[in-house]
Amino acid sequence: MRAKILDRTATVVLTLIAFLIIMALVGMLGFILSQGGHKLTVDFLTSPPSITQAGGGIGPQLFNSFYLLVLTMLFALPLGIGAGIYMAEYAPENKFTQFIRTSIEVLSSLPSIVVGLFGLLVFVTMTGWGYTLVSGALALTVFNLPLLVRITEDALRNVPQSQKEASLALGITKWKTIVSVILPAALPGIITGAILASGRVFGEAAALLFTAGMSSPDLNFTDFTLNSSTSPLNPFRPAETLAVHIWKVNSEGLTPDARDVADGAAAVLILAVLLFNVSARWFGNWLYKKMTSGRS
Amino acid sequence: MSRRSEGTTVIKSNIISDHHTPNKGERTDYLAKKLLTRNKRQYVQNLTGKTIAMICAGLLVAVVVSITYFIASKGLTTFFFDGVQIKEFLTGLKWDPEGEPAAFGVLPFITGSFLVTMLAALIAAPLGIGAAIFMTEIYPRFGKKVLKPVIELLVGIPSVVYGYVGLTLLVPFIRGHFDVLGFSLLAGGLVLALMILPTITSVATDAIEAVPQDLRNASLALGATRWQTIWNVVLHSALPGCLTAIVLGMARAFGEALAVQMVIGNTTKLPGGLLDPISTLTSGITLNMGNTIQGTPYNNALWSMALLLLLMSFVFNLILRILSRKKLVNK
Repeated sequence: MRAKILDRTATVVLTLIAFLIIMALVGMLGFILSQGGHKLTVDFLTSPPSITQAGGGIGPQLFNSFYLLVLTMLFALPLGIGAGIYMAEYAPENKFTQFIRTSIEVLSSLPSIVVGLFGLLVFVTMTGWGYTLVSGALALTVFNLPLLVRITEDALRNVPQSQKEASLALGITKWKTIVSVILPAALPGIITGAILASGRVFGEAAALLFTAGMSSPDLNFTDFTLNSSTSPLNPFRPAETLAVHIWKVNSEGLTPDARDVADGAAAVLILAVLLFNVSARWFGNWLYKKMTSGRS
Repeated sequence: MSRRSEGTTVIKSNIISDHHTPNKGERTDYLAKKLLTRNKRQYVQNLTGKTIAMICAGLLVAVVVSITYFIASKGLTTFFFDGVQIKEFLTGLKWDPEGEPAAFGVLPFITGSFLVTMLAALIAAPLGIGAAIFMTEIYPRFGKKVLKPVIELLVGIPSVVYGYVGLTLLVPFIRGHFDVLGFSLLAGGLVLALMILPTITSVATDAIEAVPQDLRNASLALGATRWQTIWNVVLHSALPGCLTAIVLGMARAFGEALAVQMVIGNTTKLPGGLLDPISTLTSGITLNMGNTIQGTPYNNALWSMALLLLLMSFVFNLILRILSRKKLVNK
C-alpha cells in the first residue's frame, strides 16, 4: 500500500513540475509581451534612440542586429560546413581528430564573455579596427562554430550510406559526391540548425559588449556606400545590437522612459526569437514531408 | 542529379568516337589510355576540396589554442609583472584596484560565482530531471507534443531577457517581501535556474530515453510500481547522463554574464546570506573592463579573472569527460 501511495504522489509531483515549467514559460512570454506590446509601433521600431529625452526608438539597433546576423552567417556558415564535412567524411580515427573533437567541446562550453574578451584582444585591439561590426561578427563566428560543425556533421552522417555508394560506384569522385549528392540530401538539417543558430546570434550580448561596442553612430538610411561613417552598411562602424541595448538601457540609461524602451526592445527580441524557432520547426517539417511524403 | 558529371565523359566520348573511328584497335588503345590516365581536373578538385575541409577543421583547433594563449598571457601578467601574489589574489578579501596600496583580492567574486551557480543547480536540477522523467516515463505523448517544444523555446530565449525579467519581476518581488534591496544572491540563483532548466531537461531526457526498455519491463514484471521502477532502475542507470546534464547547466550558469549582472547588486563584499548582494567573476569583468586602460594593473587583474573563468570552463569539460566514460553504452 505504501508503495502505491508513493507512486501516486510521485506522479502528481512530476506532473506539477511539468506544468510549473510550462507556466513559467507562458508567464514569462506573457509578461514580456504584455509589458512591451504597446510599444510595438512603427515609429518605435524605426526611429533612432534619444540620449536624454523620452520617446526614442530602436531603429538602428534593430537594423544592427539583423546586419550582424547576416555578417556572422557569412563567416560562420562556410567555415562550419567545411569543418563539418571534414569531420563526417575525411577525418581519420586518430589522435588529431580526437583533439579537434575536444576543441569543439571546449569551444562550445566557453562562457560568451570570454569569447568577447578574446575578440576585444584580437579583432579590436590587434587589428586596430576598434569596435566594429566585423569584430562582433568574428567573435560570434567563434561562438557559433562548434554548434554549426556539430549540426553539419550529424546531418551528413544521417544521409543513407547507399546513396553515397551509388554515386561513388558511378565513378564520381569523392569531393563531387560530397558536393552534389551528400550535401543536398543533408541540407534540410543544416538549414534548420542554421536558423536556430541565428536565434542565438540575435540574442547574444555578452560577447558583443567589447567587440561590436555599445554605441551606434547616427545612421543615415539613404546613404548606402560601404565606406562612409554614417552608412548603415559600413561593416567597419561600431554597432549596438538590440540585446546589448536592453542591457545598456537598464544599467546606464539616462532617459526617463528607459524602462519603457527596454520593455519594447525585449518584446521585439522575444518575437524575433519565436519567429526563428517557429520557422525552423515549420521549415524542417515541410522539408521532411516534401522529401519523404511521411508525417513527422 | 541535374548536371551531367565528369564521370560520363569517358563513355560519351567513346560513343561519339564509335561513328568516326573505323579502326577498332585504335579505339581500344584510346579507351585504355583514357581509362588508365588520371583525370587531372577531378584530381585537383578532390584535393582542393579535402584541403578546404581540413583547413576549416584546423581553424577550430587554432581558435581554441589562441584563445587559451591570449587570455593566459594577458592574465598572467598580473603575477609576473605587477607583482601580485597568486595566493593573495585568490584568497584576498579586499578588492580595491585603484586604492593606495592597491588590493587585488578576488575571493568575493569567486565565492559569488560559485554560490550563485550552486544555488541555480540546486533549484534547476530536481525540476529539470523531474520534467525529463515526466516526458519519457509518465506522459510521453504530451511530453513530445507540448513540453519538448516549450523547452526548446526556452533554450532560444536570450539571456539578457532572462536578466531583464529578473530585474522587473523578481527583484521588486523580493524587495516587497523582505526588508532588503532585492538585488541578491537569491535573485541571481533564480534567474540562472530558469535559464539552465532547458539545458538540464533536454540532456537528461536523452539520457533517460537511452535506458533499455528491457530493464523497465523486468522491474515492472517483478511487481515494482512505476515510481519504484523509475527511482531504482531508470534513474540508477541514467545517473551519469543526468549528472552530465547538471554539470552542463552549471557550466552555463558559471559563465553567464549579463543576466546575472542585472540582478545581483554587484558589491565586492562576501555575502552573509541569501538576500545579500554579491558579485561574480563575470559581472566584475563586464562592469570594469570598459572603464580601465589597457596594460594597467587594474586591467590586468580583470584579465586574470577572465583566465579563472577559462580554467573553470576547462574543469567543467574535464568533469564531463570523466562522466561520459561512465555512460551507458546503448547501441
